[in-house]
Amino acid sequence: MLADPSTWIVQGLNGLQLSMLLFLLSVGLTVIFGLLHFVNLAHGALYALGAYAGVSAVWMLGSYWAAFVLAPAAVALAGTVLYLGLIRRMRRSGPMNQVLVTFGLIFVFLDIFRIVWGDIALGIDAPAFLAGPVEVLGVAYPAYRLFIIALGAAVMAGLGLVLSRTQIGAMIRAGVDNDRMAACLGLNVERIFFVVFCVGCALAGLAGVVAAPVFSVTPDMGTQILIPTLIVVVIGGLGSLKGAVAGSLIVGFTQTFGAVLAPQLAAVAVYALLAGILIFRPAGLFPARG
Amino acid sequence: MSKLKGLAAGALALAALSTASAAEAETRVGLLLPYAGVYAALGEEIDAGFQLALEEAGMTDEFAIVREDTEVKPPVGLAKARKLVLEDEVDVIVGLVSSGVLGAVRDFVDGAQVPLIVANAGNDDATGSRCSKYITRVSFSNGQVNRPMGQWMYDQGIRKVYTLAPDYAAGRQMVGAFAEAFRQAGGEIVGEDFTPFRKTQDFGPYLTKAKAAGPDAIFVFYAGGEAISFVKQYDSFGIKADIPLYGSGFLTSPLYVNAEGPAAEGVVTALHYVPTIDTPENRAFVEAFRARTDRAPSEYAVQGYDAGRALIEAVKSGADSREALASALAKVTYTGPRGPVKIDPATNNIVQNIYVYETIKGDGGLTQKIVGTVEAVADAPNGCKL
Repeated sequence: MLADPSTWIVQGLNGLQLSMLLFLLSVGLTVIFGLLHFVNLAHGALYALGAYAGVSAVWMLGSYWAAFVLAPAAVALAGTVLYLGLIRRMRRSGPMNQVLVTFGLIFVFLDIFRIVWGDIALGIDAPAFLAGPVEVLGVAYPAYRLFIIALGAAVMAGLGLVLSRTQIGAMIRAGVDNDRMAACLGLNVERIFFVVFCVGCALAGLAGVVAAPVFSVTPDMGTQILIPTLIVVVIGGLGSLKGAVAGSLIVGFTQTFGAVLAPQLAAVAVYALLAGILIFRPAGLFPARG
Repeated sequence: MSKLKGLAAGALALAALSTASAAEAETRVGLLLPYAGVYAALGEEIDAGFQLALEEAGMTDEFAIVREDTEVKPPVGLAKARKLVLEDEVDVIVGLVSSGVLGAVRDFVDGAQVPLIVANAGNDDATGSRCSKYITRVSFSNGQVNRPMGQWMYDQGIRKVYTLAPDYAAGRQMVGAFAEAFRQAGGEIVGEDFTPFRKTQDFGPYLTKAKAAGPDAIFVFYAGGEAISFVKQYDSFGIKADIPLYGSGFLTSPLYVNAEGPAAEGVVTALHYVPTIDTPENRAFVEAFRARTDRAPSEYAVQGYDAGRALIEAVKSGADSREALASALAKVTYTGPRGPVKIDPATNNIVQNIYVYETIKGDGGLTQKIVGTVEAVADAPNGCKL
């Protein structure tokens, strides 16, 4: 079985698919952290909110694509409310307070999900033309998973382009590098922060609605995904797009191939990797600041 | 004036009389269920079934119910069990969804000699090596639900099976009981994987591995959110066309099967109850439950109902103390929504039919078609001495 190349191709695609999902989640988290120096533990809850908003949109409008557009918008809106109500005033209050506040938010969201959507796990179907398997590289692979891979790659390329080639990208990079100096040079750092925070939230919502047809939608799905996402951020290095890409690929492939080659160790493989990185590269592989 | 006094005295006496008679007739019940956390939906379902049993018997006034939330945490469950027994002085405890919580309260109820009716937690040991004359289980044991599938699948011509389950006690017991029975019947387990419990969202790697092993069928146990993810991912990989999916019936529980959508169609699983059992008892139960909640009852609802029913039967037989309830519960026997049930005197676990059912498309969602019935399934004592 292990000698069969088609199995390895499928497992490689599995790893890539998981990596892309982790990327969508972690890129928002890492850039928010890099720019705002803000640890948003509620990022996982926003992912779950995206999934639930997607479920509701499918129920009401009957179309996956409507959910695909509306869920990230709804989460961005929730992010706006969070930013204006809480995050902005917590910005200068130190990491410990920030962690406590956003940790509390996890439980607030958890109960909101239970009250609004109930305790029973929910699910939505993938759009019909992506439902079945398709032939790729000589193996049958679920079309919807290929869609996730393509979407992740597109977002990756788009963000890379925006950050490296546009004016707003240059402003964000300046803000990450040294926000006070950027402000002195006349950049409206506050507004950049706000925009980045909302985009990060929208990406978390996108990840949620994209994950909903593959995984079940449960109140605790956000807390489940939060740990791997934080590991991606720590491995990749805080605040850098390159780090988020590298981190998600490493974690995605470690989880997938860990599950295949050493199922007994699947649960600890990622943590062992994290420990290794923290010992040898405490700042992560590609930290935004040296 | 004296007339008024007399009236007041009469009223007082009457009031005293009525409270005295109520205290005499009332059985105090502690419902110990998760009302928060991952199993909250199951707790609510069991609670609804339990209440239905009392209403059906017209005995709601004869039971005083105290509800406590275990939060699915063993230490919390134990603290709440202590509170129910020592502070509320209940005659009987009903509930327990998680086997972890059952394990935590087991020694306490055994030592305090308080009867406990288990309404879900399926750990084999609770009516096996760690059984107690005070613990009666009206739900199922992990082995009981899955063992009959070993012979049944072999009889369908299946010879090679790959198994998957979450890596915790229930997962290992469910799939273990099936694998043992399937091997005994003459089948072969060509591979098995235990996935990290509640840490696995992506079953892709395991499914790919299972497919590559080339089995005739895949047998799994998953429940709740994991079940939904698993069934959908199984379908999306296109494995359904080549390798049929079998499993423990919790995989396609009526409680959440509609979230699995068309992916669940054709999946064959075994369980101690499905809402489509065609008997007068079950039709009446389904109708009553629908009137209450507007959906078909799940196995959890029937477990709550049977917990209530068993308690009522025990009380009707004249049991009025903890000790009398415990011994009366062990003798309960009746025909309910699941068919004929009785308590096994050797283990205090329920003896019941196991239904093999296929999930099919019906009007207004997925429904269950019974394709086989294994009657009166009882567990071996496994070291239980009562």
